[in-house]
Amino acid sequence: MSVPVIIAIVLLLIVVFYVWGLYNKLATGKVRIKEAFSGIDVQLKRRTDLIPNLVESVKGYAKHEKDIFENVTKARSALMKADSPHQKAESDNMLTGALKSLFAVSENYPQLRASENFKQLQDELSDTESKIAYARQFYNTNVRDYNTTLVNFPGSVLGNMFGFKEEEFFEAQEEERKNVKVSF
Amino acid sequence: MFLFVIFITTIAYVFGKANGYGLSFAGIALIISGVMSLGSYYFSDSLVLATTGAKPVKKADYPELYRIVENLSIGDGLPMPKVCVLADPSPNAFATGRDPKHGVVCVTTGLLERLNKSELEGVLAHELSHIKNFDTRVMAVAAILVGFVAILADFFMRSLWFRGSDDDRGRANGIFIIIGIVFAIISPIIATLLQLAVSRKREFLADASGALLTRYPDGLASALEKIAADPRPVRTASNATAHLFIANPFKGKDTKAWFTSLFNTHPPMEERIKLLRAM
Repeated sequence: MSVPVIIAIVLLLIVVFYVWGLYNKLATGKVRIKEAFSGIDVQLKRRTDLIPNLVESVKGYAKHEKDIFENVTKARSALMKADSPHQKAESDNMLTGALKSLFAVSENYPQLRASENFKQLQDELSDTESKIAYARQFYNTNVRDYNTTLVNFPGSVLGNMFGFKEEEFFEAQEEERKNVKVSF
Repeated sequence: MFLFVIFITTIAYVFGKANGYGLSFAGIALIISGVMSLGSYYFSDSLVLATTGAKPVKKADYPELYRIVENLSIGDGLPMPKVCVLADPSPNAFATGRDPKHGVVCVTTGLLERLNKSELEGVLAHELSHIKNFDTRVMAVAAILVGFVAILADFFMRSLWFRGSDDDRGRANGIFIIIGIVFAIISPIIATLLQLAVSRKREFLADASGALLTRYPDGLASALEKIAADPRPVRTASNATAHLFIANPFKGKDTKAWFTSLFNTHPPMEERIKLLRAM
């Protein structure tokens, strides 16, 4: 075999290995994103599980705050039904807003505030919110890396060839990030 | 690391040429060094816990610490490491474990007393990053290479005693013998220096990865400031475990003189703090 032919074969092999590596990187990225998403789900479920207890313990002291309870319960069902990252982020925000009102109202009931059960639930909820924040961060980091590979060259070309699409970030739209009004 | 490997290959080549035994020599040295280091790497978590006296803790004992580690491992997508506490008034922390599944993170009681929540998060993120970046594995490989060089140098020096009837291997080997002796003396030192340089680089890397995880580099920066301010050494640290801690456990002044600073396992605190504050 002559030298030019050998060089051509080596170059071809380099290209083949590169494409192979890139494909695997994208495929692995997709699996990681899925895993990260179910990680968020695990934390969201923790939160939705804590809520009925919280509502019950507040009801014990503040039965007539019906609006607040309804809001919290509605937001909770919305979150449990949500599907895509965008939907989940939105309903998560709504639930946080409803919970803020609930905790604000509980300030008016000193016996409730002092109850051990309530304090513990409050603690666990705030810890769950930290966990959700970290799970979101991990998910978004993976999505960012994956999308960046797809947007750059030659990832964009190969991505189209193999059918890889950009993934959604876990975030709510700008308009929804209004401050929640707390009314008594 | 790359520099290290080049260095090793050069040494092996010179020694091989000098006494004509070639690579089988190098192979034996590598195996001996490998077995020693791999053993300590594989059992690094139990070994380090045993030598320092750190004790694993449950969530109920230190709930805030446990929660911070739990949340940070969610943030990095890692399984949660074992959490341990070392009863020592000097503020410090370390992490070890051959991979994230067998990770161990430890803090001293002195650290828990002094730091606030965001500083503690910064320190624990740094430690978790050591586990994530497989730093124990990197340092184990470095240790293998250092051991390899030391044993090789030793073999070489011993082989010089047995030259006797091999004079007909030729005078051409003479120059290599001289180079070989020089290398045999200084190579273990150079290998150790390279290992320490790797250790310093990995510390910077863990600082950066930790800051990326918490998105709050100032937390770690002020934690390092507080740690640097305390002059007491960690009682149960030894030379073998010193590089695992977040700050040099033997305290004493960070030597600025260029030559002695090459022997530090950790980069100077001021530089680490400066880099973190600038992020």
